[in-house]
Amino acid sequence: MPGPADSTAHPAGPAHPEGTAPAGPVPASAAASACAAAPACDAPQRGLRVLATGMLAVLQDLGRPGQASLGVGHGGAADRGALALANRLVGNPVAAAGIEVTFGGLGVRAIGHLVVAVTGAPCPLRTTAPDGRARARAVNAVFHLRPGEELWLDPPASGLRSYLAVRGGITVPPVLGSRSTDTLANIGPDRLSAGAVLPVGVAANPLPAIDFAPVPGPGGDEVWLRVLFGPRDDWFTAEAREHLVTEPYLVTSEMDRVGMRLSGPALARARTGELPSEGMVRGALQVPPSGQPTLFLADHPLTGGYPVIAVVVDADIDRAAQARPGQRIRFRAASSPGASRPAGG
Amino acid sequence: MTHPDQPSDAGRPAAPDMRVLPCGSHALLVELPDLRAVLGLYDSLRANPPAGVLDLVPASTTLLVKAVPSADLARLAQALREVRYLPRQQADAQAETVRISVHYQGPDLAEVAALTGLTEREVVAAHTGTLWRVAFCGFAPGFGYLVGGDDRLRVPRRTTSRVRVPAGSVALADRFTGVYPVATPGGWQLIGHTDAVLWDTDRQPPALLRPGVRVRFVEAT
Repeated sequence: MPGPADSTAHPAGPAHPEGTAPAGPVPASAAASACAAAPACDAPQRGLRVLATGMLAVLQDLGRPGQASLGVGHGGAADRGALALANRLVGNPVAAAGIEVTFGGLGVRAIGHLVVAVTGAPCPLRTTAPDGRARARAVNAVFHLRPGEELWLDPPASGLRSYLAVRGGITVPPVLGSRSTDTLANIGPDRLSAGAVLPVGVAANPLPAIDFAPVPGPGGDEVWLRVLFGPRDDWFTAEAREHLVTEPYLVTSEMDRVGMRLSGPALARARTGELPSEGMVRGALQVPPSGQPTLFLADHPLTGGYPVIAVVVDADIDRAAQARPGQRIRFRAASSPGASRPAGG
Repeated sequence: MTHPDQPSDAGRPAAPDMRVLPCGSHALLVELPDLRAVLGLYDSLRANPPAGVLDLVPASTTLLVKAVPSADLARLAQALREVRYLPRQQADAQAETVRISVHYQGPDLAEVAALTGLTEREVVAAHTGTLWRVAFCGFAPGFGYLVGGDDRLRVPRRTTSRVRVPAGSVALADRFTGVYPVATPGGWQLIGHTDAVLWDTDRQPPALLRPGVRVRFVEAT
């Protein structure tokens, strides 16, 4: 078999290795608008006009489960809980599409009368009415945008990803059953760009009685994440396994929706050789020969060629997706009864 | 017709030598002796999925079994150990065969001939001479790793990869052949190209080559 970065004879070669960390910061926004191919959103009665996107703004819902046989990953919102909360606040089904905003910077203008909520990383929110009147708005709360009114998200003091849900959901045409942008496989709507117009659908459910959800925001200090060892913890030394759950790991600036490279005590292997590429999951801590782990997030590759020492438990992955460059992560071994290590055959 | 990667042990446990490894809170990684065992288990699970299975990701010696959040992984692991091979006829009957017409004029055809000791015509004859099977997908949507080829066609990847391989390029590397669904960087040896559309999100299913699909390459005239 070929080299370690491509141990199933990866067709792309070293220039595009499978199983390595994401390639640096998020890419620049694509030029085309999210609804360029959708005649229905030329002039929606209700919608959002994108004025600015910050470093990355993409449409997300809960992704494309069950399509690995097509070579398509699950994807979806990086912080699924935050998107679901935003949708619940405005009375949408939890799987409705909203906008995932990385580190603030989004500006939108309402077309028609809209009901919205912003969750996740707590961005300072400003609305500006057509007459110039500005006011601050709260996150995790429902508010109205009148026609022509603008909403701006400033960079959050903590956390990384914020979610804007609109009552009725954003209704660009789905691709393979989802309106999520898969940034690795380039499936789904384009990354948002200034000028894009996003149609908003018709609400099916009544607005909930609660219009504010007091949830704790992402912490600014250390992020604690539970991990389950395996599937390849036996590739690593006992010391490496110990390091992983006792030493802090820093989030580096090499991070995006695919995953984040971490920096900390090197995780040394107990064996040599190459691992044939194998299926990857969200939350996997994949360790290349450098010993510095990569934590896979929503748009991780379907397969990878480096051993996975441990996997972050699903309930903690949303919090992992809110960790910022420079923030410290501490892993702790989980002992969830539902996920006990099955005996080998 | 031979099926080198097709199990023939109908009714027997699909994978007596499997190891079921933990893979987080919602998945199990099944490790198997070889690709043949992976595909046998994959076929059986596709035909009769145990409760709680959300998705399957086959690879060369492993099958990742992703479960729904409510699944009991211990029970699922037990169910995986009890899977029986599909009868051969049933597996064959479920397999779809695709013919792909290829212009064998790839930039690496001469290099492949040199590496294999065959003439270019013999490379073409070997590539069209066996029924290939999609073992697994990955790398890009719609990219299938095909196995079942003539052993003489095993070639290493190129020492340097191309920045851009055109969509429809038919390529070889190691024991696999594949067709690039979209233009991407690539390091496989290019022996030809096809006009077949490998990936189209407006088609159902969008991927022409999915695990289990049989492929017959024919030379375009």
